[in-house]
Amino acid sequence: MLAMMVLHIFSLQNSSDATLVLFEMVRKKEFGLKEADEAVWEQLQKTLRERLCQNALPEVTGYSFANQKKHLTDLIQRCVTIGESNSALVIGPNGAGKTMLISSILAELNKDSKISGNLLQVHLHGLLQTDDRIAVQEITRQLKLENVVKDKVFGSMAEKLTFLLEALKSDDGKSQSILFVMEEFDLFAHHKNQTLLYNLFDISQSAQTPITVIGITCRLDVVELLEKRVKSRFSHRQIHLFHSLSFEQTCEICVNALSLPKTFANKKFCNEWNAHVKEFMDESVVQTTLKHKFELDRSIRSMYSLMLMPVCRLSSSHPYLDPKDILDAVKIFSCDSKSAMLQGVTILQLCLVIAMKHLTEVYEGSVVNFEMVFNEYQKFVQRKSHSIQSFGKSVCLKAFEELVALELILPVEGSSFSGSKSIPKEYRSLKLLVTPLQIIETLNSYSACPSELKTWASNPLPS
Amino acid sequence: MTMSQPLTSTGTWNQEILCRNKQITLLQLLMGKKSHATPPAIFIYGHSSTGKTFVTKKLLKSTEAPHASINCVECYSQRLLYEEILGQLSGQVLCAENNYTRSSRCETMNEFVRLLKIVIEENEWEDQTVYIVLDNAERLRNMEGHILPVFLRLSELSKCNVCVILLTQIIWEKFSATSGYVEPLKIHFPDYSKNELLEIMTLDTPEGFSKAFYSSYVNLLLSVFHMACRDLSELRHLALINFPKYIQPIEKGEATQTDVHKLWRNIEPHLKKALQTLFLREVSSSQWEEYQENDSSSLPPLLSSTTQVELPFYSKYLLIAAYLASYNPAKSDRRFFAKNHGKIQQTKRMKKAEASSQLIGPKVFQLERLMAIFYSIVDVRVTPSAELFAQISSLVSLQMLSQIGSGDQLDTPKFRCCVSLEFIRSVSRTVNFDIMKYLYEFAA
Repeated sequence: MLAMMVLHIFSLQNSSDATLVLFEMVRKKEFGLKEADEAVWEQLQKTLRERLCQNALPEVTGYSFANQKKHLTDLIQRCVTIGESNSALVIGPNGAGKTMLISSILAELNKDSKISGNLLQVHLHGLLQTDDRIAVQEITRQLKLENVVKDKVFGSMAEKLTFLLEALKSDDGKSQSILFVMEEFDLFAHHKNQTLLYNLFDISQSAQTPITVIGITCRLDVVELLEKRVKSRFSHRQIHLFHSLSFEQTCEICVNALSLPKTFANKKFCNEWNAHVKEFMDESVVQTTLKHKFELDRSIRSMYSLMLMPVCRLSSSHPYLDPKDILDAVKIFSCDSKSAMLQGVTILQLCLVIAMKHLTEVYEGSVVNFEMVFNEYQKFVQRKSHSIQSFGKSVCLKAFEELVALELILPVEGSSFSGSKSIPKEYRSLKLLVTPLQIIETLNSYSACPSELKTWASNPLPS
Repeated sequence: MTMSQPLTSTGTWNQEILCRNKQITLLQLLMGKKSHATPPAIFIYGHSSTGKTFVTKKLLKSTEAPHASINCVECYSQRLLYEEILGQLSGQVLCAENNYTRSSRCETMNEFVRLLKIVIEENEWEDQTVYIVLDNAERLRNMEGHILPVFLRLSELSKCNVCVILLTQIIWEKFSATSGYVEPLKIHFPDYSKNELLEIMTLDTPEGFSKAFYSSYVNLLLSVFHMACRDLSELRHLALINFPKYIQPIEKGEATQTDVHKLWRNIEPHLKKALQTLFLREVSSSQWEEYQENDSSSLPPLLSSTTQVELPFYSKYLLIAAYLASYNPAKSDRRFFAKNHGKIQQTKRMKKAEASSQLIGPKVFQLERLMAIFYSIVDVRVTPSAELFAQISSLVSLQMLSQIGSGDQLDTPKFRCCVSLEFIRSVSRTVNFDIMKYLYEFAA
């Protein structure tokens, strides 16, 4: 038997020299990835991380939004070349690519020297410029007019804005066009009297200086937030962006994000790596995980966050994107945090939670307070006194307060007509924020959980 | 053989941190090397004393990355928060020379982001990650609404490589109230298991004792306390204050270190006693030692729940009357306090419905009812005087009564009694008044 096998191998070796060569080649190719030294991996990680960590916005304009892009580019171009003022809103859900769209348009326009030389840009963000005073300050700063303004005092916002715009006019009276990009536009609508919006839209209506106001927001009802006088000055041009990418397109974007650019120094490594990325993305595990995530959240950002783990692990000693890492990432980042926190509470606290659960079921709709919970707990402990340690009221209250601090239990607001300070804390009404299912699951995986507790959790005490 | 950089640099310091290897590797992976881009925000949650702050601080120290760690309890306002972050990053120390003031004033988020960029530029950190650690991050929810979302996307807004690490005990779901939040990466720090606790606490072995001996002591301690307490710092405190008691027989020469049974028998009652006052820290540790030395069977005075408060005679009666008014249904007043109350009509149903008034808590009553009960329980004749009413308001300021509603209801103020049953029993004992006879729930 053995002799036969040896013979067989010998015959193989003699006959198929060609396959051997091929085999060598495959091995060599693998070596290409493996051989690369730390510096190359370092560079790879740096490139990929920058893409995945949201510092650079994903490039997806090639796939969709062609119409919207044309529309917006047109608006800005007309403003620069003809001097036509305009206003528009870009509306779309989070992660649809609003900011990305604007920045890619601007990047393209900046290449055109005729436009970039004649267009000033002001970027405002609703989260940063939280009131109109700060916003005007920021506008002044971005237009580099701090020296001109110095400490002049202005009567109104309109006066100041016109002053700023006047200051920008060149000697021959021709004024430069200004582009205002306002992110989180809905937050500007909450400013007092909407002064800034009113003035900006007012300028865009009158033929003073050509300005374009582009608001970016995720609120579909944003126009309703505008006051009447502001609304009437707005052009009502709304550009909607929605998640329009299919799953295949999303995968393609991910492949692009993971692939190395052609300009990468090491050509061979680059090619091999890109081939590896394609292989990785085609793995069934990766596909199903991504599909699952895609069905929950269609933004590119969420896909990238999954890719981050495998990329982080890359090094010369671990030169592959491992599908296992992506599963790990899902497990780490999407575990049920409430159950995880419940795992860490003490048995005493679990007892209190279970007692509260039963009470909530009994007194459905009415309030539960600590005194009731403690009463229920004592009933349980008295029954099972041999196996469960009993604790005094004050210790229980402390343990209970800890649960409140963890916000697993929440005081009910407005249950008493005056602030709950007037009621002793034992009697304040509370509600439990853990579902019965979560409790059962926790008990099942809780280490060294007394069996009495499990039985109690599923069956209330007979009264 | 080239080892990757982060692994070699950990060698020395991560031996100091026990049982957190998984979390440390995960964080190290995410942080990568200095020049690497990092996720804009990392959210670390877990129970108290699970090493969240400790691990993060050690990790940042070891990588020598520029960082600022802020406790949001200390920096409760926008300005304090921003200036502290900027101050720490630019290495400015508050001292007498600079008159304990920051060089730059920063009150708004806009300003903060601008100054942050300047600090990064000045220090030439453009190609490094700057870390901002916000401890007790749940406090950020109570500040202005825009602060938390800005921190979550600070790297995008400042266009710098900034990573914000949020540390908290509260789960992420409680943070995201409004839309527009960027989801941070969530990392859970689980509780230490019993074995891990044992391992960590053995580090505290006092001088002159072997590790094995202390470890067996900690094991005993855990077997008693683990059910009610998993907080490492609380357990360490307990281990520390009870240890002298544990080794007492050895010092007296009655037992040796190997005599585990004898030592256990000696310590057991003390630990049981300590269990009843767990977390409470009603006494300082020196008081506790004193109490342990005295070997008295009763707890020190502070530990007894009915702390004696000396009240004026009428105040006591007023308090008793208030308690009765809070816990008795108004309907039953006639039965307890009228001379001719007629027949007691108490159906079974009524009894059951009212049975839980001790559980539901005190109810609100009007001043008139309080006075009516007061007059009927005081033996001597009292005339309503200003002094009497002044005593009510002093009871309110002692927080034994609480006044309901604003003070504008001059004619019929409403109150609620806030003292416990034990307390009111001890008060009524001092005036020889049997309150149990008058309580609807307990009176036969």
